[in-house]
Amino acid sequence: MIVTPANPDPAPGLEPPSGLLSNHPAGHAEGHGPHANHTLTGFIIFLCSESVIFLAFFTGYAVLKLSALDWLPPGVEGLEWRTPLAYTAVLVSSSGTIALAEWFLNRGSLWGFRAFWLLSMAMGSLFLYGQAIEWSGLSFGFTSGTFGGCFYLLTGFHGLHVATGVLLMGLMLIRSFLPGNYDGGEQGVVAASLFWHFVDVIWVLLFLLLYVWPA
Amino acid sequence: MTITPFDPALGEVPRPQTPNSWKRYFSFNTDAKVIGIQYIATALIFLLVGGLLAMIMRGELITPEADLVDRTVYNGLYTMHGTIMLFLFMFPVLNGLNNLLIPCMIGAPDMAFPRLNAAAFWLVPVFGVILMASFLVPGGPAASGWWSYPPVSLQNPLGHLINGEALWIVAVALSGVSSIMGALNFVTTILRMRAPGMTLFRMPIFCWTALSAQTIQLIGLPALTGGAVMLLFDLVVGTSFYRPEGGGDPVLYQHFFWFYSHPAVYVIILPVFGVFSELFPVYARKPLFGYMFVAVASLVIVGLSLVVWVHHMFPSGVPQWMRDLFMVTTMLIAVPTGIKVFAWLATLWGGKIRLNTPMLFALGGLFNFVFAGVTGIMLATVPVDIHVNNTYFVVGHFHYVIYGAATMGVYAAIYHWFPKFTGRMYYEGLGKLHFLLTFIGTNLNFFPMHPLGLMGMPRRVSSYDPEFAFWNVIASLGAFLLGVSIIPFLLNLVSSLVQGERAPANPWSAIGLEWLLPSPPPAENFEANVPTVISGPYGYGTNLPLVENQSDYERALLKV
Repeated sequence: MIVTPANPDPAPGLEPPSGLLSNHPAGHAEGHGPHANHTLTGFIIFLCSESVIFLAFFTGYAVLKLSALDWLPPGVEGLEWRTPLAYTAVLVSSSGTIALAEWFLNRGSLWGFRAFWLLSMAMGSLFLYGQAIEWSGLSFGFTSGTFGGCFYLLTGFHGLHVATGVLLMGLMLIRSFLPGNYDGGEQGVVAASLFWHFVDVIWVLLFLLLYVWPA
Repeated sequence: MTITPFDPALGEVPRPQTPNSWKRYFSFNTDAKVIGIQYIATALIFLLVGGLLAMIMRGELITPEADLVDRTVYNGLYTMHGTIMLFLFMFPVLNGLNNLLIPCMIGAPDMAFPRLNAAAFWLVPVFGVILMASFLVPGGPAASGWWSYPPVSLQNPLGHLINGEALWIVAVALSGVSSIMGALNFVTTILRMRAPGMTLFRMPIFCWTALSAQTIQLIGLPALTGGAVMLLFDLVVGTSFYRPEGGGDPVLYQHFFWFYSHPAVYVIILPVFGVFSELFPVYARKPLFGYMFVAVASLVIVGLSLVVWVHHMFPSGVPQWMRDLFMVTTMLIAVPTGIKVFAWLATLWGGKIRLNTPMLFALGGLFNFVFAGVTGIMLATVPVDIHVNNTYFVVGHFHYVIYGAATMGVYAAIYHWFPKFTGRMYYEGLGKLHFLLTFIGTNLNFFPMHPLGLMGMPRRVSSYDPEFAFWNVIASLGAFLLGVSIIPFLLNLVSSLVQGERAPANPWSAIGLEWLLPSPPPAENFEANVPTVISGPYGYGTNLPLVENQSDYERALLKV
């Protein structure tokens, strides 16, 4: 308790290797047990804040598109939507598989969790692959007017989030192999899954704005 | 959190922090109180840098001719002065106060995410260095003003990839990341880590204002970051989001910029409102008048602050309905703000007022704030704004807010809580001298800008018509006086840290959880003995105890 003579100031190197958004460093938490975990609260606040960047980009896109005289650059007919729609279906259904993974985890079935978790990661990666294919086949570039700029900015920024989500999930998958790591439930899994749903919802909006909204 | 009730029989009390190596202030330390002092020290260094740039500008403006510095250098000076003062002085110093005060005031041992907290701080020197480095690149620092409007900000005549403007954007984006990391931490801490019994409406007003200000950061900063990313692409890659020749819209950037940067003013002034609300009850020995209204007014300001930004763009070719709408919303902000001002006046009314340094700074800050509020309402009016837009009237107005009110409020806070977090008393005489020089200097420097603006002197010019000379000379004298006023301040800080009188736990007989801790508080504040709060804050003259077993806590402090 209070009688600890020295200040339990942890040297930076001595801290356990975990993410920034976790609780007190080891030396710091001594004496009053584990905190109620605030990670999820912090993460939800972060997602709300992050959604504002997308909102800003969406608004910028809408303003530029509505005020444009010639929205499409010369020689561009518009975007092909059928293949992206297929990849959209893949990404959206990965929200279901990740929910299944969580369901297995809550039931204590670690292998069921890992299987569906890995499946969701694969679906996310497939989506990224599809986007890379689409990008490489387009006739316009990042600097082709505001149309090209907006298209690559929006899909690129979203793609960055998909990649981050896959990485986060990979991290959580690795952590599931640490013995006893998931015994008390795992907020990292909940956070990664929330992030994934967020990325999916953003994509649906993005699909509507980019592919469905007529030029 | 496991909380064991305080057992006075054990006789164990929180001890003052054991003397610790100075090295921790230069390390990736996760203790909020260390980080708070790191923030404040860093911010004060940049205050000197930004102030030096300001004095060079005022030196230039003391004569009508552009004779001291080159015109392009002058452009860089005001750009960097504004950027440094906001992103490297104001936000860091307020985050320093947040770090010191929030955990102590709500009885939490630390912030919710200590490592994130430390990372957020260490980004400050990183982007500080990036911004300073822009003085050294070919072409010099960014010179398009602190708002960096395209198309001016998209000029890159030398064609270098690494130019002042690009470094400026990177620095501002990193500042945004750091502020968002900080805001996540402050909001989570306030929402989740309050002592038992401390309901939201028993929180000190400073915590309310910090919560409100940090909410603005979370909503507004991402928009600016998004806008800045597009600016960077336009500048570096050659996209045309803001380039009219490629179909882009320069006014779009202004929307992104002001959507954050007007609320940013409330990020700055709200915590200062919090400081006023903490200090007036202590030094008038009366409860804060209308606590509930003052608390809720902060949230109302958050809501309104998000729908006023176009008042910066009245002359930018926005449609008339937008001008009308944003004129009304801007004026509405005067309502919650006025509620606060009247609550402070009613708190002071009939109180036993003690005029020590923090109280003098708070009163001076309030005086300047009311003046700035009046000119603010003038500027909210579309015809007046279009008339004085881009003149010194605007410069005078916001310097009254940012220096006259906010920085003086920060000084008040630093003096008021200095004994608590350093364990030393400051020197009252030097403090009062600092106040006198600051108050006179502020008014001498910034008042003349109003007549200058009404006469039509544009801002951001290094030479001007000789008819403006009189007021400019006075303003420059005021600026040099402000420069001098920093000397007793720094002298006071350093000498009291080195050999100041040891501070008792509660030198001001103030009420609040932080005053139930020893000075300086131990690393984990109350550790396991977190008190249970049983009444609202500011119970001056009511004899209501703030926490259960209050006398035990007070007796324990005497043993230290």
